[in-house]
Amino acid sequence: MHHESNCGHLGGNFSCIDALMTLHHLIMKPADRFILSKGHAAGALYVTLWSLGKLKDSDLETFSKDNTLLPGHPSGDGIPGLLFPTGSLGHGPSLAAGLAVAAKHTNSDRQIYCLCSDGEWQEGSCWEALAFSVHHQLNNLTIIVDQNGLQGFGKTEEIISCSDLTSRISSFGAHVQRIDGHNCSEIKKSLENKSSKKPNLLILDTIKGKGLHFEGRMESHYLPLSEEQYRTACSKINGDKDS
Amino acid sequence: MRNAFAATVVSQCNKDDYFFLTGDLGFMALEEVQAAFGSRFINAGVAEQNMIGVAAGLAREGFKVFAYSIAPFCYARPFEQIRNDVCLANLPVCLVGNGGGYAYGHMGPTHHALEDCAAMNALGVRVLVPAFGEDIPAMLAELTSPTYLRLGYDARPKNTIAPHYAPWRQVLSGEQGAIAALGPLAGVAWQALLDQPASKRPAVWAVTEFSGDEIPEAFWSQVMGERLFVTEEHIAAGGLGMHVALAMAHLGIRVSSFTHRYAIGYPTGRFGSQAFHRAQCGLDADGVHAMVFGG
Repeated sequence: MHHESNCGHLGGNFSCIDALMTLHHLIMKPADRFILSKGHAAGALYVTLWSLGKLKDSDLETFSKDNTLLPGHPSGDGIPGLLFPTGSLGHGPSLAAGLAVAAKHTNSDRQIYCLCSDGEWQEGSCWEALAFSVHHQLNNLTIIVDQNGLQGFGKTEEIISCSDLTSRISSFGAHVQRIDGHNCSEIKKSLENKSSKKPNLLILDTIKGKGLHFEGRMESHYLPLSEEQYRTACSKINGDKDS
Repeated sequence: MRNAFAATVVSQCNKDDYFFLTGDLGFMALEEVQAAFGSRFINAGVAEQNMIGVAAGLAREGFKVFAYSIAPFCYARPFEQIRNDVCLANLPVCLVGNGGGYAYGHMGPTHHALEDCAAMNALGVRVLVPAFGEDIPAMLAELTSPTYLRLGYDARPKNTIAPHYAPWRQVLSGEQGAIAALGPLAGVAWQALLDQPASKRPAVWAVTEFSGDEIPEAFWSQVMGERLFVTEEHIAAGGLGMHVALAMAHLGIRVSSFTHRYAIGYPTGRFGSQAFHRAQCGLDADGVHAMVFGG
């Protein structure tokens, strides 16, 4: 899909797709809400929605091409389950907080989920949303952080370090768990382990480009795959599957 | 005008499907709204980006939401949240910017809002600039899309009655062309020309919806071949004057002269009250008089 449309951002898609699949298949109920704050992982979300039957093969074939409903960052229009256009980082947590306030106000047991990147927490708006969510005891809100340690132009810890993100977020008063973001049973267990009074933050230790030949490397952030890289990646994934 | 706004919110909008958010502003103005709305009133703190995101989240679930702050903090700080979260999703969020133009005078330039209407208009937001407190109930009759309400000070002359609300309406008759005044400046122009005979003064029109789409035929018929004046406490770029000029060009309307008075920022590098800045821009009563009669 990314290869056909010559689209990059593969690394950040592969670092979070385990969490997206687990969340959507094993945790979320029909009335629940999800916001992809790290909009550059749109491909992973589209594939997840496809696996749920909400998108068709023919939809995915248009990904990031002309006249598509599936641009490289979600438009929020016309796709079941997508509520907002996202792509500029730092918006999702506030949007999710608004959805969570609405659910509480209407006495709904609806749960709100939001997926962020780790570099995204360099945006001040995330901390505004966190403080708000803790203050209003939005225990129906779960923010998942895909902590893959790489961002647009280098390692997160070398740009503006988020290495102590867990303790920083904990210090705001949220219920924080940190786990292996590629272990689906751990993800499921942690998503079920919610606080009764606090917003929930789930920090996933992940690998950018997980499963691809360039996993953990910078080029996985932006660059589309060449034909050779595409074949190598397919071979690796198929090889991993066979082994 | 914020008291008229608060009274309208309480009387018209205190319904289950309305929320009111404030960025920690509204002391001695919003207490009645807070009491009436109860849990639907949220002080979102000094965090405007989050306030707009939360407003969008609430609106996405079917609520109509007011988000209130001092004008620049309301439209400029969270600009991208307004663009992406509110406007792209076309949500019924009413951004309420108190103190448009130079209204927060002595507080200094960080508290002034001189380009707010153009910025919001560029995003497709419905921009409302009430001229008088009585305009607000009609303006808030329905909230179905992104809206920006710019509040100022009602300058209507004493012992006068504002005509029934319309986005463009004549508030003072005149036979020498017309002045289109944005929001509260209509009251200023009205006061400035009140004592002049109708045969010697231009008509004064209050413009309270910020676009060129609503200009009525009656206005054009007054200015065709005559003098046209536009006053606005807003920069020229993207302002009311540009909208009027563009509409004239589209319609092929010719006037004998076009005079535009607008916010020119801080030409002397000195700061003061709203009256001080209006005078520097020729937007006060003396400026209107000079604009029309010379001198």
